[in-house]
Amino acid sequence: MASSDNPYDAAELPDLLPIYYRRLFPYSQYYRWLNYGGVPEKYFQNREFSFTLKDDIYVRYLSFNNQNELEKEMQKVVPYKIDIGAVYSNKPSQHNSVKSGSFHAESKELVFDIDMTDYDDVRTCCSSADICCKCWTLMTIAIKILDRALGEDFGFRHRLWVYSGRRGVHCWVCDKNARNLSQAARSAVAEYLSVVKGGTDAIKKVHLTNPIHPSIRQAITVIDSYFEDYAVNEQDIFESKETWQKVLALVPDEFREGLQTDFVKVRNSAERWKSLQCTLNTIHLEEIKLQYCYPRLDVNVSKGINHLLKSPFSVHPKTGRISVPIDVKNLETFDPFSVPTISSLCRELDRKTKEEQENTHTENGEGLEVKRRIRDYKKTSLLGPVKIFEQFIEKMEQSQKGQLLEQSDRGGDF
Amino acid sequence: MKSPGKSQENGNLTVGNEHCFALCLSPFLKSVETIGVSYIKASEPYNKKLESELRKLKFPYRVSSGEKLDDYEMRRKDHISHFILRLAYCQSEELRRWFIQQELDVFRFRFNELQDKQQEFLQHNKLEYQTIGEEEKELQKKNLADSGGYGSIKISEWLFYKVYFTDVLELVRARKVFLKDGFVYIPHPEIAVIVLNEFRQRLSKSLALASRALPVVQSDERLQPLLNNLSHAYVGQDYSIQKNVGKISLEQIDGLAAKSYAPCMRQLHKALRDNHHLRHGGRMQYGLFLKGIGLTLDQALQFWKSEFIRGKVDPDKFDKLYSYNIRHSFGKEGKRVDYTPFSCMKIIMSNAPGQGDYHGCPFRHSDLELLKQKLQSYKIPPAGISQILDLVKGMHYQLACQKYFELSHNAEEVGFSLNHPNQYFIESQKLLNGSRDIKKESSQPENQQRNQGSQSTRGTSACVSKPTSQAESADMEGLEELLSDVYTE
Repeated sequence: MASSDNPYDAAELPDLLPIYYRRLFPYSQYYRWLNYGGVPEKYFQNREFSFTLKDDIYVRYLSFNNQNELEKEMQKVVPYKIDIGAVYSNKPSQHNSVKSGSFHAESKELVFDIDMTDYDDVRTCCSSADICCKCWTLMTIAIKILDRALGEDFGFRHRLWVYSGRRGVHCWVCDKNARNLSQAARSAVAEYLSVVKGGTDAIKKVHLTNPIHPSIRQAITVIDSYFEDYAVNEQDIFESKETWQKVLALVPDEFREGLQTDFVKVRNSAERWKSLQCTLNTIHLEEIKLQYCYPRLDVNVSKGINHLLKSPFSVHPKTGRISVPIDVKNLETFDPFSVPTISSLCRELDRKTKEEQENTHTENGEGLEVKRRIRDYKKTSLLGPVKIFEQFIEKMEQSQKGQLLEQSDRGGDF
Repeated sequence: MKSPGKSQENGNLTVGNEHCFALCLSPFLKSVETIGVSYIKASEPYNKKLESELRKLKFPYRVSSGEKLDDYEMRRKDHISHFILRLAYCQSEELRRWFIQQELDVFRFRFNELQDKQQEFLQHNKLEYQTIGEEEKELQKKNLADSGGYGSIKISEWLFYKVYFTDVLELVRARKVFLKDGFVYIPHPEIAVIVLNEFRQRLSKSLALASRALPVVQSDERLQPLLNNLSHAYVGQDYSIQKNVGKISLEQIDGLAAKSYAPCMRQLHKALRDNHHLRHGGRMQYGLFLKGIGLTLDQALQFWKSEFIRGKVDPDKFDKLYSYNIRHSFGKEGKRVDYTPFSCMKIIMSNAPGQGDYHGCPFRHSDLELLKQKLQSYKIPPAGISQILDLVKGMHYQLACQKYFELSHNAEEVGFSLNHPNQYFIESQKLLNGSRDIKKESSQPENQQRNQGSQSTRGTSACVSKPTSQAESADMEGLEELLSDVYTE
């Protein structure tokens, strides 16, 4: 609803970005996150950032000594895109002066990138960069499945889910264990979580064997709660010969002809779905559900320690949307089309500021300016997302405190 | 059985017998790789083949009844030759990975041979793991059963270990175990996997150590040619040195694609022509291949640019987004590493294609049905297609591609063992353009290298062919003689 009132125009970016970086970007929370309580030392200072400037100029190996430096640089340079990379052995900004071979990536959050384009072969509503409320369910399902697995199977406690700004979601796993994983380990985690495999040439992308692994079983339970509404009704995968052929391409050869005849005879999608359920073995049915709904992640994004990923709270230049954290406890209420855009935020800010000016007397100039900067984002729809971000950070800080206490209790031997 | 990296040799290294073992080990590891592609690992035929290769090698000690495991001299020689090998193979990331993979396969084989002696080995090497109690086992019974496919009786019998998942990545990757809170639950019979991982870590560390020692070793004139021979002669060509740079024109490419490209590259080329675009994985695989067949950097830039422009990319955007990567892969940017074209092994084993990708190996990554259709469109006769599909079902992807080569070139039998798309290209061009003597000339890359380094290979064949019955001291003397030849080269 915000977007229809305040349509975003990319041409406005050069004017809006300075306002966003000056008054809205949540620097102190951002720094609290990436500093990880100052443990280990220099974790923030050795972190690589990359900026994409106007005209697609790309700058890598940026690093900052503290929050203030980061803030000043972002306000001065006004990046169109911001990516977060790894924590290196030395300050990235000084990487040329380090003995070659010595400068290397040491640590980074374990990340996942779910992109709606990877589901094009199973979406009937949209394709490529487009998304709609019908296919967004795929992201809801993906988050539920992956979040459970990362938490329960792998024991990762601190998982930040972020809307990418256009057509997908990212997950940042921030546990210390996760940040120190090797490339091989990251790749193994991603493979464990991968079920849909195969390039353009693979028609059937899911192959299960009995017995089904407990993790997959959990995933199927999640998918089951959505499948009928999502696939049969909204996506209408049984609507016409064109669409149901795709489903039938996935069934074992011996059932295909029979089902084809059935499908033509019956009147509607619900009936076809019933017919499919009655004919196939459970495992084949599960394979189909998984192919249509199981999260598709790009292993390459997860496995590289030095991989650069879009930063939370950065702006997506094409849509104007802010990459906001998602509240996993209230997934059903998340609506990508209600995510604030930079234009809507600036307009909200404008309105609020005008209101304030009408209502208050001017206080001494500087005091007002500082107060404004602290409270500005709270006057806008950015308040909600920043709150979610803060809760996430607080939970991490509690956990870090707990660990430090444990260590000191044990007298420092571990 | 030794553990790598645990005892480092101090004291003088006299290059002699130890070097001989190193020379033998190198081709041995190469055959381990070949056996690994031709047979399913840990299967009967695989084990038999590996056993016979080990025998040929005259390993200082193998576990057999009555043999003393503590013979100091034997172990010392074995240690030193392994150390030399590590020096040879620590020099690049690719070599390291290759070396570790083969050593792992051998270790796995030998560990499994230990059978009842496994516990002893674990204790001797201080490998102790946490176990789970009866209550928890009972609670997780169904999960344990479903993850590993074990029967419930076995579960009650077995001891289960709890290991942090980073210690057993292979099992996690394949989703073959139950994972809870970051810990993998492993039944005793599968303990080998954990041990293997420990071995791999130690081997990796010792390679890192070796690479630190390398500059000192390399400055010794006696050793440098040895080390080079060891790693290059037996790993095979990597097609990074292009002999035909600039000999191919861009107009020829479509024709070459139809005649001399392996299916993986043919598929990529077609996708590029059809869609005027390729994703990153495809650009890497095809781009490096093109470099390998002799395209210059300028030609490559022109080639990709003209295609992408026909797509939705405007010239300036191409220059900004894609040309950097192309120059990077030619070693003109960033780290300035001259990247080598992908071998079959690499294409088959890593970076599997996803939705919208066209890279990978069609024999490995395509649906059988689609592969069949593709082969039909390439005009392969039905009988040939069956043969190829049978090989694919047996997971012999490179052999399947070789068969395709034979059928599409109307050749009785290829004279080479296929392991690289650029090799496919070169052999195809030889066949189509070369003389009648092609079959004799197209020998294995290894043989070619052997001919070049003739002196050192004499040492090798002496190692491999000498029968085991001969007295050891006689062996040593004969070899020392041969080795002294190497230094006069």
